[in-house]
Amino acid sequence: MPERPAKPGTTVYLYELAWILPSIAIPVGMLAALTVTAFGAGLHLPGVEGRVPAAQVAQTAPFDAPGVRQTGPGRYEVVMTSQIWAFAPNEIRVPAGATVTFVATSKDVVHGLLIPRAHVNVMLLPGQIARVTATFERPGEYPMFCHEYCGIAHHTMWGKVIVEPRS
Amino acid sequence: MTARAALGRLTAAYLAVALVALFGGVVTGLTQALEHAGINVYPLLAPAVQSYYHGLSIHGVLNALVWTTFFICGFLPYIAVEALGVPPAARGLGWPTFWLMTGGLVLAAIPLVGNAATVMFTFYPPLKAPWAFYVGLTLVVVGTWLVTLQLALTWRAWRRANPAARTPLPAFMALVTFAMWTLASLGLAAEMLFMLIPWSLGWVSGTDALLARVLFWFTGHPIVYFWLLPAYASWYTLVPRQAGGRLFSDPLARASFLLFLVLSTPLGFHHQYTDPGIHEGWKLVHAFLTFAVFFPSLLTFFNVVASLESGARARGGRGWVMWFARLPWGDPSVAAQVLAMILFAFGGIGGLINASFSLNRLVHNTAWIPGHLHLTVGSAATLSYMGITYWLIPHLRGRALWSRRLALVQVWSWVGGMVIFSNALHRLGLLGMPRRTMIGAAAYVQPEWTPILPLVGIGGTILTVSALLYFLNLALTLLASRTEYAAGIAFAEPMSGPDHAPAIFDRWRPWLALAVVLIALAYGPSLARLIATTPFDTAGMRVW
Repeated sequence: MPERPAKPGTTVYLYELAWILPSIAIPVGMLAALTVTAFGAGLHLPGVEGRVPAAQVAQTAPFDAPGVRQTGPGRYEVVMTSQIWAFAPNEIRVPAGATVTFVATSKDVVHGLLIPRAHVNVMLLPGQIARVTATFERPGEYPMFCHEYCGIAHHTMWGKVIVEPRS
Repeated sequence: MTARAALGRLTAAYLAVALVALFGGVVTGLTQALEHAGINVYPLLAPAVQSYYHGLSIHGVLNALVWTTFFICGFLPYIAVEALGVPPAARGLGWPTFWLMTGGLVLAAIPLVGNAATVMFTFYPPLKAPWAFYVGLTLVVVGTWLVTLQLALTWRAWRRANPAARTPLPAFMALVTFAMWTLASLGLAAEMLFMLIPWSLGWVSGTDALLARVLFWFTGHPIVYFWLLPAYASWYTLVPRQAGGRLFSDPLARASFLLFLVLSTPLGFHHQYTDPGIHEGWKLVHAFLTFAVFFPSLLTFFNVVASLESGARARGGRGWVMWFARLPWGDPSVAAQVLAMILFAFGGIGGLINASFSLNRLVHNTAWIPGHLHLTVGSAATLSYMGITYWLIPHLRGRALWSRRLALVQVWSWVGGMVIFSNALHRLGLLGMPRRTMIGAAAYVQPEWTPILPLVGIGGTILTVSALLYFLNLALTLLASRTEYAAGIAFAEPMSGPDHAPAIFDRWRPWLALAVVLIALAYGPSLARLIATTPFDTAGMRVW
């Protein structure tokens, strides 16, 4: 094994160290910032909400009656089914400031629910119940799109949340 | 024929399949980019391409799966054998492996081309393709395992003859890449063998969307490292030399590859943050591990840039930043790979956003995602592979590249096209435009999307022209170049050599064991729960 010349070797070794440390510090710092902001803001991802028999969605509560219902002051629940190529319901009306919980699944292939202006982004898988909550502060129309390829007319699958001014 | 010439023919065969796949993917890609810009060419292409989604499935499979895999199986074993200086140990394995993979590809291509497997390259069930699609892709994966076996046997033969030497870095990187991939591909293999193949053959009636997605993404994230690590191997072991410099640190390079081996797989849930049916806590664990894999990426970034700097300074470069201009920009192979690194820096930053527990919801399944992966697989990998072929094909053919100038035009136009194309998709994604969608036919196009959509078509057109220049140059190199090219492969010498690297860097079992343990910890509980509770009651359908 050839002996390395002492001085340049030491310099290189110091450089190596000088790069390892920030390479650790940068991801750790970003991760810490991310975790703090996510939990500080109370953000939650979809979790385990149970299953629904994939072939009997239409006969299984609550998906036998898709629709919007009020669950409390300013609080609403939307029971939603998705199928090629439509959401049910595909037009949802709530007042401004409403907090809406979507309880949704798919009757056939994989779909997705994307409401960009409300930061709703969830996959709708056959067999799985998805639950996400969002607040609709401003009056106006919030388009909602299917964002997973679901067949030849995927691009026709959309709907809207109409947020009405509080009277 | 020498062993090296024999291996050269095998490598050339892999490259030929890879390039045919790239060509097919480029042509279909153009039609999608034009579609977003409001130019619907699909009526002209029927019945070859029957819909936007048919073309998109072909584009994804050919470019993301076939071009990459076949290039890697040609390139990495070639430089590994060159660096080890011993012939492939199992001579009889080489061509059968190639034909198994090519046969699998043809089998999968039959339904794909026939519009019977318009299921995208992610083939999420219950979208249901014919069995040939799943069996064919599985055979390609089995072929990659045989490449791993060949590399391992060859390394063992070399080790017997060289018991005290450090594994040469190119061979080390090839081995780590294939070891990582073989471990990571077990998820996809399980999805194919236990779910999709029996289901497509009618042996079982139902499947499950969530479990299939979990198994797919078990492989689906590390597959991007399978695409990237061969480019890294070139950036570490070849580009510094091509740039007139030396590799800065051999031990750091080894450390980063071993970390990729250990950390690439147990983080697939970051593709499934928005999926129901997976506990939030496990998603957070995978978020942590995703940020952990950022560590070897940063090591690579620092080490490769320092190596480039040594080359530029040796060529007279000065200053803190201006040395960069003194890189050999007239060499298309170097230019391609350095520019691929720059594009990849943005791809990496975007990837951190995708992997962020909180920010992911802004971008998941929007146009941001294809914008991102065209910077990673479409630039870091593809543009690097193009740069590699600019010396590898002349080397294999024995004829100089037909035109360096044309190659430089190609490289820069790829970068220009990609900046326009990828930037447009990133912005559209942030504005809420879904990915994988025939936007030109959608009823819901938002007013804020419309000024950006033409840029997708413009960028895509520039990329296509660039790719056609690439194919033209390669074809003329093979057919018309008369200048002899006799250069061998020269690997970069390190400034800090492998001699003071820890001895454990040359052992395989501890790293493989650590990788398996981390995978078991990160995936074990979720997989066990899903396997125990999944009823497999979802019927398949063809909806295209």
